[in-house]
Amino acid sequence: MLTLKINGESRSLGDIDPDTPLLWALRDTLGLVGTKYGCGIAQCGSCTVHVDGKPSRACVMRVGQLQGREIITIEGLARDSDTLHPLQQAWIDQDVAQCGYCQAGQIMSAAALLNSKPDPTDQEIETAMSGNLCRCGTYPRIVKAIKNAAAGGA
Amino acid sequence: MDLDRRQFLLLTGFSGLAIGFPGLASGTEASIQVGQVAINHYVQIKTDGTIVIFAPNPEVGQGVRTSLPMIVAEELDADWDRVIVKSAAIDREKYGSQFAGGSTSVLRRWPELRKMGALARHMLLSAAAEQLKVPVTELTTARSRVLHAASGKTLSYADLAESAARQPLPDDSAMVFKQPGDYTLLGRRVANVDNRAIVTGAPLFGSDTRLPGMLYATYVKCPAIGGRPRSANLDEIKALPGVVDAFIIEGTNDIPLYDSVSDYVSSGVAIVARSNWQALKARQNLEVDWDLTTASRDNSADIRKQAARLAGQVGAKTLVEQGDVETAFAASDQVVESFYSTDFATHAPLEPQNCTAHFKDGAIEVWAPTQTPTATVAGLAKLLGLPGDKVTVHQIRGGGGFGRRLENDYARESALIAREVSAPVMLQWTREDDIAFDYFRPPGYNALKAALDDRGKLTAWQHHVIAVSDDGENANKSAGHRNSVFPRQRVEHFRLTSSLVPSQTPTGPMRAPVSNTYAFAEQSFIHELAVAAKRDHLEFLVEMLGKPEWLKPGSPRVIHTGRAINTIRQVAKNAGWGRNMPKGRALGLSFFFSHATPVAEIAEVSVDGDRKVTIHKVWVVADCGPVINLSGAEGQCQGSVIDGISTLARQSISIKAGRVEQSNFHQYPLLRIDQHPEIDVQFLRSDFAPTGMGEPALPPIAAAVCNAIYSATGHRIRHMPISSEGFSI
Repeated sequence: MLTLKINGESRSLGDIDPDTPLLWALRDTLGLVGTKYGCGIAQCGSCTVHVDGKPSRACVMRVGQLQGREIITIEGLARDSDTLHPLQQAWIDQDVAQCGYCQAGQIMSAAALLNSKPDPTDQEIETAMSGNLCRCGTYPRIVKAIKNAAAGGA
Repeated sequence: MDLDRRQFLLLTGFSGLAIGFPGLASGTEASIQVGQVAINHYVQIKTDGTIVIFAPNPEVGQGVRTSLPMIVAEELDADWDRVIVKSAAIDREKYGSQFAGGSTSVLRRWPELRKMGALARHMLLSAAAEQLKVPVTELTTARSRVLHAASGKTLSYADLAESAARQPLPDDSAMVFKQPGDYTLLGRRVANVDNRAIVTGAPLFGSDTRLPGMLYATYVKCPAIGGRPRSANLDEIKALPGVVDAFIIEGTNDIPLYDSVSDYVSSGVAIVARSNWQALKARQNLEVDWDLTTASRDNSADIRKQAARLAGQVGAKTLVEQGDVETAFAASDQVVESFYSTDFATHAPLEPQNCTAHFKDGAIEVWAPTQTPTATVAGLAKLLGLPGDKVTVHQIRGGGGFGRRLENDYARESALIAREVSAPVMLQWTREDDIAFDYFRPPGYNALKAALDDRGKLTAWQHHVIAVSDDGENANKSAGHRNSVFPRQRVEHFRLTSSLVPSQTPTGPMRAPVSNTYAFAEQSFIHELAVAAKRDHLEFLVEMLGKPEWLKPGSPRVIHTGRAINTIRQVAKNAGWGRNMPKGRALGLSFFFSHATPVAEIAEVSVDGDRKVTIHKVWVVADCGPVINLSGAEGQCQGSVIDGISTLARQSISIKAGRVEQSNFHQYPLLRIDQHPEIDVQFLRSDFAPTGMGEPALPPIAAAVCNAIYSATGHRIRHMPISSEGFSI
């Protein structure tokens, strides 16, 4: 029996193959589908989650190596299910999303950035976010949303 | 509006009962729940005051789940804050052909959606007049309420709904539409209705579909496109953990041919498992003996070489001959000649293709993130030999479309897999599948030749288009030329010829098909002509467009040169065209009319000694008539510019022995956040019918950047991507 700490709760993954990437365990075993599959090789950032506070690509992390680690997904980013994280609110205020597929990963990367740098420069934003692809090209609004959240929420 | 259905509602005393429309039995989306009243098939009013508006067309990021219901809400005078948008069932009788393509959703649906909103409002007003015993002319509406100013009485739409549904339908002549000046919703920045679900990671996309007991499948096709599996180690695969089944599917044809309503399926090996990972892990152990007899033998480098050779020759077929091009060339002061080319490209939507299907009791139910759900129904019916009413397709959000989801190959594959198993099954393509088995954007090969007189005025234009062709007779899907009146109608001597180069690689429409490669050639070449004529680019282009007029009055898809010139003049003003620039830095101008919308763009670019290109800022000016959703339209322009720069920079698909050489984003890079320019967007807001913004801002950008690179460096780029000439962004 494999158990992981996800969004503050201890979640059993049953007799899951320890090689299973965290991405598929979240999506198929736990039904947490906010973490997206985009490339499978840590090139697009759609599957970004926090592992011990660090932005991490769930598609290349094996569940067998994550026991005891603190995993946060987009579903657990806000304090509780009725509220929004300041970044989630900023994303709505700036109407960032087009197709929306990459945005959970974008927000998770941005949240990790603001945790370590509450008031990032444009340069720091672009560096921290350069691992997250957006095929629709919402980058101008992503930058704005992060700046707004930093100014209002930090 | 369907009178029979209204009578049905009347007879059954609809309110407070759960009643399904007989005509809408194919989807639960539009069934009537307790406490709501259907005014028509776009509008349901709930007793709690919320109003449900149905979005007819698929959402793939172009914003139509927000913009189309906004049109209904505007005419209805609905309180947008209390509108709930639901996707409509796929129902040809009610909603016609439901698809997302060609930036047509707004243009095509505008009259119908306005009418549905206005009809509902009319019936609510009639009901209020009846109840208040006052003439309709004394009543007004605002935010889901009817107001009677004289008495100060107000009635909510919710209170009026039952009575409204019984009101007679007005004649078309009695319909009242709002004047644009009275709009309270259209033209404003309205946030995407799915924002909350998107930012919280709620299930929303095709691949988020989760059904009780569902299985997951992967489908392995021959790396050389069109090859067939002779045999595979299926017994070994079936014994692997979590694998439920593994089997070969005999396809209907070998090399895929783009046809969204077809029953075409490529041969391959399906692996069905209890989780995606178990299917993928089993796939790593799959050994297939491929029969390459039927496979493509394409080599993209050879295709490009052949096209370049043909470019120097006379076109095989003359499509248009106007005036006397040869004499004009002979008599001219200058002749300019250039060959522009591009590579194959792939759509690469961020959500790889997927589809969930459940085959049960001789019927199939499908959750398809497709751009063409009406076509999905037709294709699956044909493929499975089922009547149309045994095929239910739910439209579900696609994580990016860009034209890739116009085809339904993944849906047809999922249906054949689902037929073999007794549970719902999701077919999930890998990123590698998505890149290898695309209907690629074909390469664009355009040889252009033009003549200038001694005053530097254009006198003759010759265009030789070379297109890939699998049958030697016709251009492959989305290859070839646009049937455009510009510049044909604006130059005395004009010739369009075509030649074909053999290619078996499947092609299909990608965002702004044909225009996405042709505009690069045309607008770069016009700059070349202006340079040769020693004239200002903007003035040369405006002179080419000529007298401001609609070249075919009343036809939105034909250019209006006046609107075109307005966008060019405005973008020049916004960007400060003509201002002094430091060495190595320049502005580049481009214009294109496609998808019924003129768009002008200017890029400010600098280039260093290592051919590193920095795009500092891009200005976009578009005239799409009245803007529906300013936030959405602006986002589409920004996205189109970034998409176009992405393709221009480094995107190239190469093919060797029928096999695509790129596999994932490390070999097919999308633009990243640290590479995007500032993008300024302005809409001119004319009185013409509104048009869609999903595509038309893409075609101009490549030439805008390349024209700026020329002005900054003197180097003319004639091949996309520019990485092939050592430039990087």
